[in-house]
Amino acid sequence: MIVTTAGALRFTDFSVWYGARQALHTVTIAIEPGIALALIGPSGCGKSTLLRACNRMTELVPGTRHTGTVHLDDGEIHAREVDVRALRQRVGMVFQQSNPLPRSIFENVAYGPRLNGVPDGSELTDRVTEALRRAAIWDEVADRLDDPALALSGGQQQRLCIARALANDPEVLLLDEPASALDPGATQRIEELLYDLRGSVTIVIVTHNLQQAARVSDRTAFLYDGRLVEVGETSALFTRPREAQTEAFITGRFG
Amino acid sequence: MTSARIGASDRLFLIGTAAAVSVVPLLIVVITVIVVIAAWPAVQTHGLTLLTGVEWDVPRQQFGALPAIVGTLTSSAMALALAAPVGVCVAVFVNELAPRTIGTAVGALVDLLAAIPSVVYGLWGIFVLLPWLRETVMPLLRDTLGLGRFALFSGPAYGPSLLASGLVLAIMILPYIAAVAREVLAAVPRAQREAALALGATRWEMVRDAVLPTARAGLIGGVMLGLGRALGETMAVTMVIGNRNALPDSLFAPAYSMAALLANEFNEATGDAHVSALMAVAGVLLFVALLVNALARVLVGSVRTRHARVPG
Repeated sequence: MIVTTAGALRFTDFSVWYGARQALHTVTIAIEPGIALALIGPSGCGKSTLLRACNRMTELVPGTRHTGTVHLDDGEIHAREVDVRALRQRVGMVFQQSNPLPRSIFENVAYGPRLNGVPDGSELTDRVTEALRRAAIWDEVADRLDDPALALSGGQQQRLCIARALANDPEVLLLDEPASALDPGATQRIEELLYDLRGSVTIVIVTHNLQQAARVSDRTAFLYDGRLVEVGETSALFTRPREAQTEAFITGRFG
Repeated sequence: MTSARIGASDRLFLIGTAAAVSVVPLLIVVITVIVVIAAWPAVQTHGLTLLTGVEWDVPRQQFGALPAIVGTLTSSAMALALAAPVGVCVAVFVNELAPRTIGTAVGALVDLLAAIPSVVYGLWGIFVLLPWLRETVMPLLRDTLGLGRFALFSGPAYGPSLLASGLVLAIMILPYIAAVAREVLAAVPRAQREAALALGATRWEMVRDAVLPTARAGLIGGVMLGLGRALGETMAVTMVIGNRNALPDSLFAPAYSMAALLANEFNEATGDAHVSALMAVAGVLLFVALLVNALARVLVGSVRTRHARVPG
């Protein structure tokens, strides 16, 4: 069975440029293993860039460059010897729009392990089952694993995408507004699932929904204009923000 | 300006554009009707023999178009088998793999193939392709590789042949297949690509597992658009296929196509029965081409609309 060790992330003086535009300014933040960290801030503040830097998805945009370092546990993720594919299996990602591949439910979850060379057989079946259970969707799909994933509802597709990321047994799970396209019921299921996942995997979630951040996260980071303004215990940040900008944002005066 | 005038000019504009638009379907209907009416006497006289007969003998009033139909279908199928993989590979390379500058240059070069007039393809076929086939490729396939044991690759190497026609057609439809394939690949949402990449896929695995399956229907549509072009291509085929109105027994044998038959005989058609028989052949060609094109548009359209709502 899966033995997960949650990973620690540490950004040090980390900056990112898209061409001439600087999206992140010397961000330094430590994300302890097993916690859930929410990234909040107005649109364009750099929270998605910070999230996507964790598994180097930022590099997909041509002309991206960075300075500073990002450590996953003790390794610099930009180091020459790091295989970006292996990194992305240690740091899973779930997107705003659920994006199952055009194949069956089973094959979607099995995709990551298959890339890793896990052959057909009981190990693969176990990993798929375990991932579907952890993503709280097993009961809904157990009897139709061979159905096309695209036949599932939006909320189910999103939990399937979480299962798919978990099947790689990641140390960190990144979520980019995972519930913004879902109805309240499906959103609640995702939030409960994330709450339950804490501890076994480090969670970093970008959200526009401050209540959601308050519900699912242990710590919250507020970004503004590419800078990390404040990071702290979620309960403290929402009730006693240290910075005036943070207070203005969480009380709805801008953003 | 009064609102009444705006209304009037709007209405005029609407009527004008609607009239222009209605010309297109009207043309298709008119052409089809004319062809059917002109072909009717031959259909009544010869019936199914037009489709199944192998004798095309004008003095004896024998009009069996099967050799031309088979020639059109086999040379087009050959073109498709050669051009489809290459076209899709070009699109994958240009859109997914190559650095932007190189991709754009390669894409433009492939697009340029579509600008070459078909008579130039025909001339190139006669002066370059046919001698090369006769002296190098056909002996190589038949003798050196020993494929001569199979009927498809046997017989004397003249040059003008089904094989030559298929090769020229393949080059001619390649830019169309590549262009549609590029458009279809570009319509695959970024979310699909990121799904594979975020799970640790390589670029190739992403193309294979996320991009191509999502684009499959559209790619098939693009290939069928190419097939539609190949079916109707006349000049270049007429120049290299050999124009022999008999069932070809080998890819090396001279053959005929419906379009070539029409081009060669229409001007010198003797008598109403001959013209009507040619019109019947034109009707078959028209029907197949329209069918293939319509199917292709539906398939290409399905990819575009299915993913239209997904934000890039």
